[in-house]
Amino acid sequence: MIRSEILKNIAPILRDQLVVCNIGIPSQELHAIDDQPSNFYMLGTMGLSSSIGLGLALAQPKPVISIDGDGSVLTNLGTLPTIANNVADNFILLIIDNGSYGSTGDQPTYAGKKTRLEKVAEACGCENVVTCQAEDTGEVLQAALDSRKMTVIVCKCESGNAKHPVITMDPVVIRDRFMKAVQA
Amino acid sequence: MDIDKKIVDDLVANDVSFITTVPCKQLAGVIEEIDARKEIFHIPSNKEDEGMGLCAGAFMGGKRPAIIMQNTAIGVTINTLATLIQYYRMPLPMLISYRGELREPVACQVEMAVHTKALLAQMNIPTYHFHHQADVEELDAILKYTFMCNKPVAILTDANFWGGYGDQ
Repeated sequence: MIRSEILKNIAPILRDQLVVCNIGIPSQELHAIDDQPSNFYMLGTMGLSSSIGLGLALAQPKPVISIDGDGSVLTNLGTLPTIANNVADNFILLIIDNGSYGSTGDQPTYAGKKTRLEKVAEACGCENVVTCQAEDTGEVLQAALDSRKMTVIVCKCESGNAKHPVITMDPVVIRDRFMKAVQA
Repeated sequence: MDIDKKIVDDLVANDVSFITTVPCKQLAGVIEEIDARKEIFHIPSNKEDEGMGLCAGAFMGGKRPAIIMQNTAIGVTINTLATLIQYYRMPLPMLISYRGELREPVACQVEMAVHTKALLAQMNIPTYHFHHQADVEELDAILKYTFMCNKPVAILTDANFWGGYGDQ
């Protein structure tokens, strides 16, 4: 199972939540599968999905799901101690760990080699870290939402990308409609 | 005048309630004052681009954010400023310790100081330089300007502004 199949499976859960989606192909896939005003698509700035999501979760009470990748978390590894030490129980970090840099041609990441992000998250002090297989993501994500506890999910899946067009929506439009969804 | 208190008073008066910081000797008093204020949520970050991500999220969540950092961080955050803060048009006051200016004891700090204003100018980031204590009087207006125009705005505060480095 690849990332786009996971996103298709969990789209009915994501639809009702505030979602911050990682740069590149993940955002293109989510946009093509189920575009919602409550999706914040990152058009640049690799690595900051988890930081944006945490800031959003700390600033308001609605649940926030940051969809991140293993490569992006490795880019901004300092995010995990910040998350662990600033608990927001309305925050879920969903790391789709396919062991590769999908948007740049599936080059292997260190998470696809010896590094285990779930152990890094635990060592950073994250209290609820769940590792799951791609097929179980929906169930695990719903359980995390129901628990109302800050959760880091590391979802293991295969490397690969669906082919979708780039997002041409203006960034200020993405931001404006997202902020309206936050306030709704 | 207690400059740390004055700065934080202005931040609170402008409804800034989410502040991320990286540690800094010159700004230590401001950071301490921020920690003491219940109106402000203080979240230290490990790197300044991470901090800008936190601020972007907080802004979209309805809070007015600010970041406190050193000028060396301009070198770290150019991409984040361009592709997140500016691209999505978000306000971000950046209270910056301007190392490597007059009265600086550490030579290496000068190496980024000489690039700081050029980089900010290249990014079209409105930039204010506090060199004398009285310059802080403009902070309130700078904060209002930042949230009026939804841009990142740099406030460079040098060693002379902070009264030098003592016996260092």
